[in-house]
Amino acid sequence: MANMLVNAPRTANKGQIVEIKALIMHVMETGFRPGTTGRIIPRNIIEDFTATWNGREIFRMKMSPAIAANPFVSFSAVATESGTIAFRWSGDEGFLAEHQVAITVT
Amino acid sequence: MLRRSFLAGAITVLPFAAQATPEALEAAIKEVTGGAPLREGKVTLDIPPLVENGNAVPLTVRVDSPMTADDHVKAIHVFNEKNPQPQVFNAWLSPANGRALVATRIKLADTQKVVAIAETNTGEFWTAHADVIVTLAACIEDIT
Repeated sequence: MANMLVNAPRTANKGQIVEIKALIMHVMETGFRPGTTGRIIPRNIIEDFTATWNGREIFRMKMSPAIAANPFVSFSAVATESGTIAFRWSGDEGFLAEHQVAITVT
Repeated sequence: MLRRSFLAGAITVLPFAAQATPEALEAAIKEVTGGAPLREGKVTLDIPPLVENGNAVPLTVRVDSPMTADDHVKAIHVFNEKNPQPQVFNAWLSPANGRALVATRIKLADTQKVVAIAETNTGEFWTAHADVIVTLAACIEDIT
């Protein structure tokens, strides 16, 4: 399981715009670099990142090798209802990581 | 003479065998716009003009949009000119975001131009670009 860090407020007022930050540990190997043996190191990146709020998609991002190692993404969302914000990262070599945070909207 | 030109050729070809060109950048942009006209404005691309380390360059794209159901930014695309691939990321947004803003950290392999494009629900494309000077490039070799 990959290490990840998600920063989202635990509570929000209805209609408030909240900022969500997600960071995950990943090498993001580009597939363009030669290693110490002189051979190209095979590509190993996270390709897709999605965030859903109570199952409804609020943000999706398709990454390329140009995203820095340990991808960090920040975006915003309108707080509509209490529930869970779920994050999903998937990529090369069958990489899959999921994380959830709870948010209370009043 | 022959040896010299051979060596010169080998040196120029090897390190940058894989590099996006302005043409590749144009082609990648055309892939998302479908040839629709690009207009300067509305998009703010925040990226340091001079970076010491191209391995992690903070980048923020903001678009001036009310983000309502009738008028919102559908997607934000970022491209570069000289990394091995012109694509950096595509992010899809909706009125549920409230603000058209995406921030991340990117790799830059060379001093180059970075282009951000915002696609609205009405099919308009707004753009902004920035020139970034990179002193230590990313993706050159494995130093570990």
